[in-house]
Amino acid sequence: MMKRDECFKILARHVADEIVLATYSSAVEWNDLNPRVLNYFSIGAMGLASSHGLGLALARPDKRIVVLDGDGSLLMNLGSLVTIAAAAPKNLVHFVCNNGCYEANGGHPIPNPKVDFTGLARSAGYAQCHDFSELRSFEQQVGHVLAQDGPVFATLHIEKSRPLKYEYRDLYAASRRAAIKAALQQAS
Amino acid sequence: MDAKTAAKADEARVELHGGRILAAIKDSGVEFVLSVPDIVTSQGLLRPIANDPALRLVRVCKEDECVGIASGLSYADKRALILIQYTGFLDSLNAIRAVAVEYKQPICMMVGLLGHEPERPPTQSGRYGVRIIEPICDAMGIEHHLISQDADVAKIKPAIGKAYSQSQPVALLIGRRPVAP
Repeated sequence: MMKRDECFKILARHVADEIVLATYSSAVEWNDLNPRVLNYFSIGAMGLASSHGLGLALARPDKRIVVLDGDGSLLMNLGSLVTIAAAAPKNLVHFVCNNGCYEANGGHPIPNPKVDFTGLARSAGYAQCHDFSELRSFEQQVGHVLAQDGPVFATLHIEKSRPLKYEYRDLYAASRRAAIKAALQQAS
Repeated sequence: MDAKTAAKADEARVELHGGRILAAIKDSGVEFVLSVPDIVTSQGLLRPIANDPALRLVRVCKEDECVGIASGLSYADKRALILIQYTGFLDSLNAIRAVAVEYKQPICMMVGLLGHEPERPPTQSGRYGVRIIEPICDAMGIEHHLISQDADVAKIKPAIGKAYSQSQPVALLIGRRPVAP
């Protein structure tokens, strides 16, 4: 079992000009560790992170899109695994942080904490699927995971995190949205 | 011929051609169509779209996915049209509320009004689900247009253009089965 912030610290060392699309607890923790213009936060309609990621991946095949999803969030949009697999964007890397609970909503368990997200993604048709429970293994392989032709899926088995401060208005401020759009237009 | 019969005969002559809608969609700069099949637009619109090399059709599993995908596309200035049935619109209201309305994203929806009687306004439909669509759009502040005959097709391009220029949602309500091109 890993800690999300430790996984994200490792991930941050490998992220350069990728668009990182994070949701809820992953968004809070990623933004604390790595604030940057090319962070896109999916807040307000739980479950849609993977769909936002697909849109970005289709729009910008020249850039890699890294989705930091949550287990409860992905359960609300499991069909997106099938949609993404069918659309087959090579530039999409989809992580799900699996701590078995709705961390942003009081820590209640998801309906079945034993759900095999990696197996679901594999069955849906993702090109590459991974499962990480050990930080050392994640550290050794994350560069390879990010470089593979996608769609790539990886489950990160994590513990519940320290208490987080959820400032959703800031995460989805209009100024952030304008900044990332401007940055993408400059980079096109 | 009595007045009622004449009115029915007039109504039977009114048509909505899928080919004209398709041309308007492409003329609006739309590159992506995101859809769950809807029997209202299945033959006259979705099938021609699927066969049109100028458009990329993304088939989704559930309608609210379209809202996220269209939002992601819009960040890179790619235009999308969501083609769904009104039941899917109703099922997606939270995504529309958050992404399209509160976050002011250019989400363009073409919504088939299954069961709508074209001779009546949707708000007077005998079908509850159809009756509530325009009031819901009004309550959410979503601009909407009824597309029930060929003359209405001219509304499509300016409506999509406005949605993208002002970064706001729009609903184009298909009130009659389009005739296949």
